[in-house]
Amino acid sequence: MRTLMVMRQGRWTPWLYMAPAIIVLVIYVAYPAIRTGLYSFQNNDGTASAAVRCAADQPCWGFLENYRQAFAGQQGQIALRNTAIWLLVMVPGTALFGLLLAVLTDRVRYEALAKAIIFMPMAISFVGAAIIWRFVYNPDPGIGILNALVTALGGESRAWLATDPPGNTLLLTVIGIWIWTGFTMTLLAAALKSIPMEIIEAARVDGANELQLFFRIMLPLLAPTIAVVMTTMTINTLKMFDIVWVMKGIQTDVIATRMVSELYLDRNNGLASAYAIILIVLIIPVTVYNIRRFGVEEAEK
Amino acid sequence: MNKERFVMFVNRIPLNLAIIVLCAIWLLPTLGLFITSFRPQQAVNESGWWMALAATRPGTDEYQTYCGQCHGENYNALPNADLSSPDLIAQYRRSIQLSGTFNREYNGVIHIPEDQHPDAQQTADILDHLRIASGLQESPPRFTFANYKDVLVGYSARGGTYDEVCAADGPSGTRTCDFWTDATAPNAVLRGMINSFIVTVPATFLPIILAGFAAYALSWMDFNGRRVMFAALVGLQIVPLQMVLVPIFRMYTDLGLNGTFLGVWLFHTGFGLPYAIYLIRNFVGRLPADLFESAYLDGANHFTVFRRIVLPLALPAIAALAIFQFLWVWNDLLVALIFLGNNAPVLTYQLSQLVDSLGGGWHRMTAAAFISIAVPLLIFFAFQRFFVRGLLAGSVKG
Ligand code: HEC
Repeated sequence: MRTLMVMRQGRWTPWLYMAPAIIVLVIYVAYPAIRTGLYSFQNNDGTASAAVRCAADQPCWGFLENYRQAFAGQQGQIALRNTAIWLLVMVPGTALFGLLLAVLTDRVRYEALAKAIIFMPMAISFVGAAIIWRFVYNPDPGIGILNALVTALGGESRAWLATDPPGNTLLLTVIGIWIWTGFTMTLLAAALKSIPMEIIEAARVDGANELQLFFRIMLPLLAPTIAVVMTTMTINTLKMFDIVWVMKGIQTDVIATRMVSELYLDRNNGLASAYAIILIVLIIPVTVYNIRRFGVEEAEK
Repeated sequence: MNKERFVMFVNRIPLNLAIIVLCAIWLLPTLGLFITSFRPQQAVNESGWWMALAATRPGTDEYQTYCGQCHGENYNALPNADLSSPDLIAQYRRSIQLSGTFNREYNGVIHIPEDQHPDAQQTADILDHLRIASGLQESPPRFTFANYKDVLVGYSARGGTYDEVCAADGPSGTRTCDFWTDATAPNAVLRGMINSFIVTVPATFLPIILAGFAAYALSWMDFNGRRVMFAALVGLQIVPLQMVLVPIFRMYTDLGLNGTFLGVWLFHTGFGLPYAIYLIRNFVGRLPADLFESAYLDGANHFTVFRRIVLPLALPAIAALAIFQFLWVWNDLLVALIFLGNNAPVLTYQLSQLVDSLGGGWHRMTAAAFISIAVPLLIFFAFQRFFVRGLLAGSVKG
């Protein structure tokens, strides 16, 4: 931070300028985050330790009881399993499609148009996207285009969203990929553009074919950006709420939706808070890694 | 085209094909929604949106399946029951009358065996088909705005559009048949849209204003702990929204802020701030120092400098930020669901409700969905550059 202090200001002036922001942040982010941490060890109305939620002749973790229920309860396990599926599919999926599209569109003249089309779902709300895809997955081959294609190819139409778990979650991740690929593509395309032409030309002159060019030259140079893309997508996926909420299927819950159900439908503050804490414990290391990376890049500029 | 260019062209076919196929896959779902939202209900039930331009008539398939083998393709195979005659069909005003003939005996034979009856919806489609075939009724238009009107006024009953029902039966229940009165009722999508704007506009500008002041202090004022302060404020980006819902929900219950716009504005302000401070600080911090120097030497105070120099110059960053925050709030479901819910349903909330109830059929649900995504799409195509920029810089946002 380089600054040139040419004007004196009163001792309190800077704080006056920052006060509104600080007050709002403390009330809305810092303090409640700490409260949530505390709630997660307490019963539903925060009046006693979570231990009182233990049922007789059942395992009990004392003040960690909310966490036990989150990890050992059937609902919690489904949510954890589905979150893992989301991560395993979404993160590599968006990175691969983003990379593919960045590399392909880089070579054509209608690049801007193609990118706008791929990016467009990013502007749409997740709820809107969910409706769009419910329509695609509709069981009636006269309504859903997926079944229309399947039947046209001689297959049987199916009620896709009623597929047994975890198949239905996989179908939901397709929506996630559809939405977020525009984002990864844009990040990767920017990185691709920053590779100096001379390097690529030189490799071409040396007789490298396009595949070699991609794997030997571009991929290593893109690696840092790919890392950022994947970590960012990990965070985005962990927070994923709307799609799953709107597409509610049999056992499709992820941590974020489970948490809101506990809070909103069942008024289970303690358990909901425990889910929130599990979420942030998963997110923090990734974010820290991401910000570090960001810092390194900023410094290198 | 010379030979070399031709070879180039052929070589590039796989590349172009791959891109076009991928783009088509990305576009098709949205296109389907868009087209469906303009099709009349019967057409939606009749054929997929990809057939929207093919000539079809309601009930064609149903007629073929249930009646065609006896009454013939041209409706007149049975001389005593010429279904193409308007006089005959005019006797059947409602589909229930038509289904009344199915159990009758003609010449000692049951008209249609019980297990081969079309169901109520199919019978209605067949009647429409016959009324059109006999010239009693015009074929329905291929495209219509009726779905949009229906959802704007929140009309979701089966059978008939809002206009048709109002013309036939007039006002009833909560339906006044006055467009503006109905469209501002709680479950009307127009009302949802107004609510969305009421939520979004202040929730976009409040954090930017607060962040502007803070960012100015953090970049051009001298005080102890400046770096720490910056790191702390921006570091709050880590906290995911889910993490604060429980305490704030309880706080709002105590304060009576649940279900109020104020509560939602402030919440979005809190969550928009860290990223806004980060972005504006980065931008304002890079402005040339001479600018400030000369202004201070001219006797300007901090507030003047902030208003006259910093705000105008930071406009590009503010624009990117505003677009980003606007879309974020507009598209949000979680905060609206928890803190506003039914009290002031915004568009995303209404949509999620429509999905649960299947909102009066696909023709209307697609229209409602398209209304909700039209605003973001317009903004996206109008300000694509700012939007992408704001999003890239914001890739670490909470
Ligand atoms: C199994 C052959 C068969 C099928 C299938 C059939 N019909 Fe008929 N329908 C007849 C016969 C036979 C008559 C009596 C003609 C006569 O009066 O001689 C008749 C009479 C009618 C009449 C009565 C005309 C009048 O005099 O009022 C109507 C209306 C009609 N059919 C409609 C339909 C419709 C609609 C369907 C399809 C849902 C259908 N029919 C299917 C054989 C059939």
